[in-house]
Amino acid sequence: MPGPVSAEGMSTEGAAAMVNDFVVKFANVNGSGSASANQLFAKSILRMGIPIASRNIFPSNIQGLPTWFEVRVSGEGHLGRRGGVDLMVAMNPQTWDRDLAEIDPGGYLLYDSTRPMPRSRFREDIQVIGVPLTEMCNAAYTDARQRQLLKNIMYVGVLSALLEIEPSVIEQLLAEQYKGKERLAKPNSEAFHMGRDWALANLSCPIALKLERADMVGHRIYVDGNSAAGLGAVYGGATVCAWYPITPSTSLAEGFERYAKRFRTETETGQKRYAIIQAEDELASIGIVIGAAWNGARAFTATSGPGISLMQEFVGLAYFAEIPAVIFDVQRAGPSTGMPTRTQQSDVLAAAYASHGDTKHIVLFPEDPHECFAFGADAFDLADRLQQPVFVLLDLDIGMNDWLCEPFQWDDSRKLDRGKVMTAEALEAGTQFGRYLDVDGDGIPFRTYPGTHPSKGAFFTRGTSRDRFAKYTEVGAAYVDNMQRLLKKFETAKGLVPRPVERPASQPSRTGVLYYGSSSAAMKEALSALEAEGVHLDAMRIRAFPFHDDVADFIARHDKVFVVEQNRDAQLRTLLMNELSIAPARLVPILHYDGTPITARFIRGAIAEALPGLNILPFAGAAE
Amino acid sequence: MSFLPKPKLHHPKLPVNALGFTRRDYEGAISTLCAGCGHDSISAAIIQACFELEIEPHRVAKLSGIGCSSKTPDYFLGASHGFNSVHGRMPSVLTGANLANRDLIYLGVSGDGDSASIGFGQFAHSIRRGVNMTYIVENNGVYGLTKGQFSATSDKGSKAKKGTVNTDEAIDLIGIALQLGATYVARSFSGDKAQLVPLIKGALRHPGPAFIDCISPCVAFNNHEGSTKSYDFVREHNEAMNFLDVFPGRSAITAEYAPGEVREVEQHDGSVLRLRKLHAEYDPTDRIGAMNHLHERKAAGEIVTGLLYIDPDPQDLHSNLNTVPTPLNRLDDSALVPGKAALEKLNAALR
Repeated sequence: MPGPVSAEGMSTEGAAAMVNDFVVKFANVNGSGSASANQLFAKSILRMGIPIASRNIFPSNIQGLPTWFEVRVSGEGHLGRRGGVDLMVAMNPQTWDRDLAEIDPGGYLLYDSTRPMPRSRFREDIQVIGVPLTEMCNAAYTDARQRQLLKNIMYVGVLSALLEIEPSVIEQLLAEQYKGKERLAKPNSEAFHMGRDWALANLSCPIALKLERADMVGHRIYVDGNSAAGLGAVYGGATVCAWYPITPSTSLAEGFERYAKRFRTETETGQKRYAIIQAEDELASIGIVIGAAWNGARAFTATSGPGISLMQEFVGLAYFAEIPAVIFDVQRAGPSTGMPTRTQQSDVLAAAYASHGDTKHIVLFPEDPHECFAFGADAFDLADRLQQPVFVLLDLDIGMNDWLCEPFQWDDSRKLDRGKVMTAEALEAGTQFGRYLDVDGDGIPFRTYPGTHPSKGAFFTRGTSRDRFAKYTEVGAAYVDNMQRLLKKFETAKGLVPRPVERPASQPSRTGVLYYGSSSAAMKEALSALEAEGVHLDAMRIRAFPFHDDVADFIARHDKVFVVEQNRDAQLRTLLMNELSIAPARLVPILHYDGTPITARFIRGAIAEALPGLNILPFAGAAE
Repeated sequence: MSFLPKPKLHHPKLPVNALGFTRRDYEGAISTLCAGCGHDSISAAIIQACFELEIEPHRVAKLSGIGCSSKTPDYFLGASHGFNSVHGRMPSVLTGANLANRDLIYLGVSGDGDSASIGFGQFAHSIRRGVNMTYIVENNGVYGLTKGQFSATSDKGSKAKKGTVNTDEAIDLIGIALQLGATYVARSFSGDKAQLVPLIKGALRHPGPAFIDCISPCVAFNNHEGSTKSYDFVREHNEAMNFLDVFPGRSAITAEYAPGEVREVEQHDGSVLRLRKLHAEYDPTDRIGAMNHLHERKAAGEIVTGLLYIDPDPQDLHSNLNTVPTPLNRLDDSALVPGKAALEKLNAALR
């Protein structure tokens, strides 16, 4: 089992007294019920008004293998992974050595001291806190499952004393969680206090890692990207979802189902204004989506890399036959089964150029759950407007972790944009209909839904070459005419997809950095750290392919541009070079692809290391 | 595929149906298949069935995969939307289309390569999901467009045009359809229009997954001595269980038959299927019996045809999913978008 060892090149910082700024990591065994206790811990800090970033690091397994939960506490609001650990809650003997090694010097180790460890198993430069958790649990409970579950709550109690979590916050959260099931709330509350009281009586509390109530969370929400995207699909008007279970995208389809059931069930009859099919494979999933979209419903699938590979043939059909389809790809570490429970941004090229022949697709890159919701809804308007597949590229880090982000927003005056659909009235009035006729000069033709008109507007959809009126043809000129129109349509798309977001340096700079998706939080933190060190970089977050003209302008304004990505082959950089004809030497790849989410420390280190060799001076006060 | 425009003129005295349509209104482009191809007979039977059932052509959506058979939707129902999808994937595209609009009639046309090989999985899963459709496999036991390779429905021992003998077991799609819950299962022969047209009519009126395996000889690559899918072989071994008549309503039935000779099945929409029995003991509402009979007759070297199984009151995918009666593609924004207030409530629950 390869561990989540990251390729950080940075030295760790000393662990002096740290208020609202540290990392706690829980090492657990999966299937032991630790997740809800860890969530309770994370949420209690949020409720104290202190921002956190939490991440599950889990195996492709249901029970018995190591799993970790990392909570970064950041009063300053940094939401990326920092790297390093200040307090390790080591509940898994299997990973003891590895967990111990990850603690920053001066950091803490909390462990179950029921069976004390020999001195040789500890490090000299960390502080060890032993709590006889198993012993206490065995004394208090007789039921085996209860002993296991409540041990987790008990360590939350210990942590509340060590870090000064307000007990009333925990009580409140337990009351919310077990609303209507008070019978379950009571033992949880008791276990929490048992742990807390033991720590207060036996340990010197608090330790140097401290929580102080703040007001830094504001109106933000704490949610995972897959649920957010599923909700976005509900708001985007999706009525057909066809999918095949695959980590890490499964919870996206499940999120859609949860929200659709809540918002789209007829109260009187229980009938549903949506249809979900768990298909036999990804080929059928995308086929169902294409059939439904051809027939005028908004349809989507959710998958990950291997599913994208299987869908290639159909995606080409949808591109060429011009059928809207929304594909959420929650990326994981490939190729093949790769590391199915680890994160990467490695499907960028597979999505952008999916299928055989000449194809290009719309790709959106949300940075957090807020954008997963927004882009999740927008994708359906874009697909209908442009009549082609739209990929929304999440990754495991955004999709399966809870993120602190801006609340979801919706404008009630917004109308779903169904694109160019010719109606029976227009046909009846004698409007000319050619399925592949570019009437507006934007490359986008009109379509009709099946069954629209008794004698007009019917056409034959096919993946073979045809003329502007959908008649089969193998005449070269007609084929080229059609392919050129598809390119024109792609140009139109540039103005419709989400624009990139620019973040200029505080001082003029000739060096830039491009990034996208889940790298955003770590990137922001790395930029401020670099800025503090006098390294000024103009930054731009790319949010969509095709690239907006702003992207080309940005690159043109800088001598060198770093491209930060979470894959081995610098896929976005390749796409930039290919689509914008950029000289490779101007785009400097910064790549992190070990399966763990990219960290600010990594980006800062990699950029600082690369700068001297690039013969550029992005430093404050540098000579012109 | 159509290269020639079809003349629009027709005889002024062509019969019209109750909608005022002539048979010509149900035709499509001119077929580009080989002269004598069984598939063209099936296209003609589809045209005849739709004409007689007085179906509005634009209320039909015709879908297919890839192959000779899958080209045929271009050759009938020119006023219907058609979708020539990818090889073996018609069933999933049809399933999606059906989910989007439950009000249209879905006609899926496929071949034995399309449904028994590359699309075997999709065939099976669309049947077991209970998609309300008419699924016709134009079964010639051979890959025609790629010039004569065996398909998965070629019988073991059947000889290819070049002399090779097939050593693989044949897949009997009827057997699979029965096992996976198709609620209307028939086999017919493209050379027997009198049997085929009513079977297609019954399938189009059937409110569940209707499957027709239609043996359709390939004149170019599989019509020789030694082939078990040739015109001669099928005619010789065809064992019809029954003949079907389809009536829109009970009142239409007038003819009188001796008891035991006729079995009438009323479908959910009020239409009546009248089966003139050729085998008195055969019960087409007994799924297990149908499966046994099929295997027995196959062992005896016969090709069993007719309406082999019918469930007159089937459940379809929409009833299983409990979707609203309004087609999903017609729901407007207010039925789809929960709105700002609901979102703010959700936001509050996520803090």
